Amino acid sequence: MPTVNLTVNGKAVSANVESRTLLVNLLRENLALTGTHVGCDTSQCGACVVHVDGQSVKACTMLAVQADGAKVTTIEGLANGDTLHPMQEAFRDNHGLQCGFCTPGMVMSAVCLVKDRPNITEHEVREGLEGNICRCTGYHNIVQAVLAGAKAMGR
Amino acid sequence: MYNFEYQKASSAADAAAKIKAAGEDGKLMAGGMTLIPTLKQRLAQPSALVDLGGAKDLAGIKVEGNAVVIGAMTTHAAVAASKDVQGKIKALAGLAANIGDRQVRHRGTIGGSIANNDPAADYPAAVLALGATIVTNQRKIAADDFFKGMFETALQPGEIITAVSFPVPEKAGYVKFPNPASRYAVVGVFVAKTGGGVRVGVTGAGNSGVFRAHKMEEALSKDFSAKAIEGMHPPADAMNADIHASAEYRAHLVGVMAKRAIAAAG
Repeated sequence: MPTVNLTVNGKAVSANVESRTLLVNLLRENLALTGTHVGCDTSQCGACVVHVDGQSVKACTMLAVQADGAKVTTIEGLANGDTLHPMQEAFRDNHGLQCGFCTPGMVMSAVCLVKDRPNITEHEVREGLEGNICRCTGYHNIVQAVLAGAKAMGR
Repeated sequence: MYNFEYQKASSAADAAAKIKAAGEDGKLMAGGMTLIPTLKQRLAQPSALVDLGGAKDLAGIKVEGNAVVIGAMTTHAAVAASKDVQGKIKALAGLAANIGDRQVRHRGTIGGSIANNDPAADYPAAVLALGATIVTNQRKIAADDFFKGMFETALQPGEIITAVSFPVPEKAGYVKFPNPASRYAVVGVFVAKTGGGVRVGVTGAGNSGVFRAHKMEEALSKDFSAKAIEGMHPPADAMNADIHASAEYRAHLVGVMAKRAIAAAG
């Protein structure tokens, strides 16, 4: 079985995986990082979004072996100890969730979307979250949270 | 997903050697945005996957004379953000910016899209309308000779797209009617005005994949305005039909999208 070496949330990780193992399965099953969710498994819903070398990607549509040598950040890697990331804090403040299943992917997509864009517009946020589906909220509070998070990240 | 042997190529030449060694059941992988879902559904069963993701010589954008040359492994996000593409062929940057969603655009590549030739993909319309040249590790192929029907291209086994060269047009516009779930084009029309006349590439609509709308091209070469193609659309019996749109609806949409593309071209 191929061996993959990657950095996950700042820690060096090594794992033996089948070639067909998806990145999301490596994270959830080998590394027990279950904050990254599998919603649709067909690259539509965005519940599995993580950052690979700083860019948001759908971890259900990437092989673990493709991430060899990469730096991966999951939702577990965002907070600084007990201090939430400003985007997580913004989701809490704005009640940007209901059931919470899509939330890890929403937050990871949002962090990548608004990086260096504190003045991103509501329209840009809505377009930027096209790849993330929420079946509860109707998106309104998510969008408000992302706008607030963008401002907080710019401070 | 069936298992396979995975190999990461470090360059185009390395990929060519690896895919040759893999034999007829080997498969090249670019961004994997179509291939991985296909493998998950067990619609393909390659014995070996040769990943082009590590081939740095295949990525990048440069302006060469009167052409924008985009490396095959350049992502949609990189094309959309490129100042060179925005400056020389704004419609192409706009097309790339509206493929799939942000996450797909971070992984999906121009070479993968064109090699796959999905009948509803965006890039084939631009390649055809701009009269681009597909550069492979073996030869150069004109756009008109490249697309051979749904999911079929002129590529031979083991042949690898290395770049796509787009001549800079005088004006160009692309507008699509996206499927709201997948963002694939139900119908997409790319219109390009060049010194050699007007070319119109249509994706999503045809029942044998991307095609040129020759009658529209003739009308637009005389008068580059939406009025010149008023009421024109391709015959419905050449259109695709599925749960999203009937052949008649697609034929109608080609005319509507073409007029909007001309307006977008300015």
